Amino acid sequence: MAQDMQFANPKVGMEPAVPQDKIKVEINKLNFYYGASQALKEVSLPLYDRKVTAFIGPSGCGKSTLLRVLNRIYELYPGQRAEGEVMLDGKNILVKPNDVNILRANVGMVFQKPTPFPMTIFENVAFGIRLYEKLGKREMQERVEQALTRASLWNEVKDKLNESGLSLSGGQQQRLCIARSIATKPEVILLDEPCSALDPISTAKIEELIDELATDYTIVIVTHNMQQAARVSQLTAFMYLGTLVEFGNTEEMFTAPKDQRTMDYITGRFG
Amino acid sequence: MTQASSLYTGRRLRNQAFKLLSIIAALIGIGWLVLILSTLLINGIAAIKPSLFFEITPPPGEMGGLANAIVGSLIMVVLAVIVGTPIGIMTGTYLAEYGRHTKLAYILRSLNDILLSAPSIVIGLFIYTALVMSTGHFSAYAGIVSLAVIVIPVVVRTTENMLLLVPNSLREAAAALGAPSAYVIRHVTWKSARAGIITGVLLAVARISGETAPLLFTSLNNSFWSLDLSEPMASLPVVIFQFAMSPYEAWHELAWGGALIITVAVLGVSILARLLGAERK
Repeated sequence: MAQDMQFANPKVGMEPAVPQDKIKVEINKLNFYYGASQALKEVSLPLYDRKVTAFIGPSGCGKSTLLRVLNRIYELYPGQRAEGEVMLDGKNILVKPNDVNILRANVGMVFQKPTPFPMTIFENVAFGIRLYEKLGKREMQERVEQALTRASLWNEVKDKLNESGLSLSGGQQQRLCIARSIATKPEVILLDEPCSALDPISTAKIEELIDELATDYTIVIVTHNMQQAARVSQLTAFMYLGTLVEFGNTEEMFTAPKDQRTMDYITGRFG
Repeated sequence: MTQASSLYTGRRLRNQAFKLLSIIAALIGIGWLVLILSTLLINGIAAIKPSLFFEITPPPGEMGGLANAIVGSLIMVVLAVIVGTPIGIMTGTYLAEYGRHTKLAYILRSLNDILLSAPSIVIGLFIYTALVMSTGHFSAYAGIVSLAVIVIPVVVRTTENMLLLVPNSLREAAAALGAPSAYVIRHVTWKSARAGIITGVLLAVARISGETAPLLFTSLNNSFWSLDLSEPMASLPVVIFQFAMSPYEAWHELAWGGALIITVAVLGVSILARLLGAERK
């Protein structure tokens, strides 16, 4: 335990490259517990508006856990709890008065494995929109088309919108899930290892898509793949054993990390 | 190089013997089934004629059919499924979705397992005490309730199992879009498990179609044409029971006909359930 404590003060370094960047989400002294075991220890970091932030670190370091706090999806399971502050636009999302469903409509999430619902491609995208908006047929069609276009899937599926979402390939399914997430017009998008089940070509497509989406959304991506983190993100957070070890510009982090553990991890000495 | 040692030869012999025993056991098992089905087919087909479906059960010594028993069985089975299925699906949903790790769910699951394996005659006796003794007469209502009590645990069990097969990632994905849990259940989880849940309902139909004991104490029998649910009602299993035990040749023939109808119906429902189950995979 004593050894863990020394990680408690991460070297939260440098300000981001562009000083006028607005902070979208401010994580403050976040602790997370799975029952009695603590998975996150005093994690603090900002997420900047319209930037891609990557969470990297070895398995079990807490990067997915941290992501799952940001839309409170962990609450689906009893025994998991978070303490601390997660300020989204200045409001702490962890305190009760915030409606969790509204929060999730504003903070979209895409998972490791593609999760199309057992319904048509059209209905998959319309699913989230229907929850919060009552649209006419025409408007709904437009919204679905917009979302699919934004997820660069429209051209591939426009002639088979009434086929099952499960009939698509893995990469297409994942883009369908991204379309489904952005269809509800969220402000933040959480990506939990979105490419780990995909082949290199699909991965490249998704990475390109992340780049484009960053013009409108605040994006957080958890990834095992350090090249991917280097390619898609502007900011990187390195986590280890439940603590945030280092956070900063992706470029600096991968060329001149400040912490020895970061150095060891990105050069492949462990993890 | 390895040679065929005595150890190996012995193992080969034991292997052959084991295989032979398995085949004999399988033949004995299937043999009985073939015997039962062939007897049923020979005697049953002889009894199948239009009058079987259009005339009601006759008094001793006269000719007749099973129309009232067929209709009675259909009415009671369909209504029992209509009553039992929603309760079963909702309970299974509670067990798999809301109460998964709670103590209440654990207790409910154990009670359901007991109900699932309870002898149907016990259920019949219970409904007899509760509904027949209190009202003072046998009725189709009582029959429907006792069949529904048999339907419920079957549907609860299959619904729970099928919902547990739905990956959590799907629930998370729906919840992550801001869908409340009731919405997730209705639009995503049930949809994913639909084929399996329907299979469970069909299995329950197959199960109650042949039940005799719970109806003996509740709906009893009716030699007349009756659609009144508050009156006793004829059903195939009870008529078969009564006619097969009788000394009259014409009644025996009708009993064979009824047995064939039930068997074919149950077989049809089971095959349908299988097909649906296969489609799921």
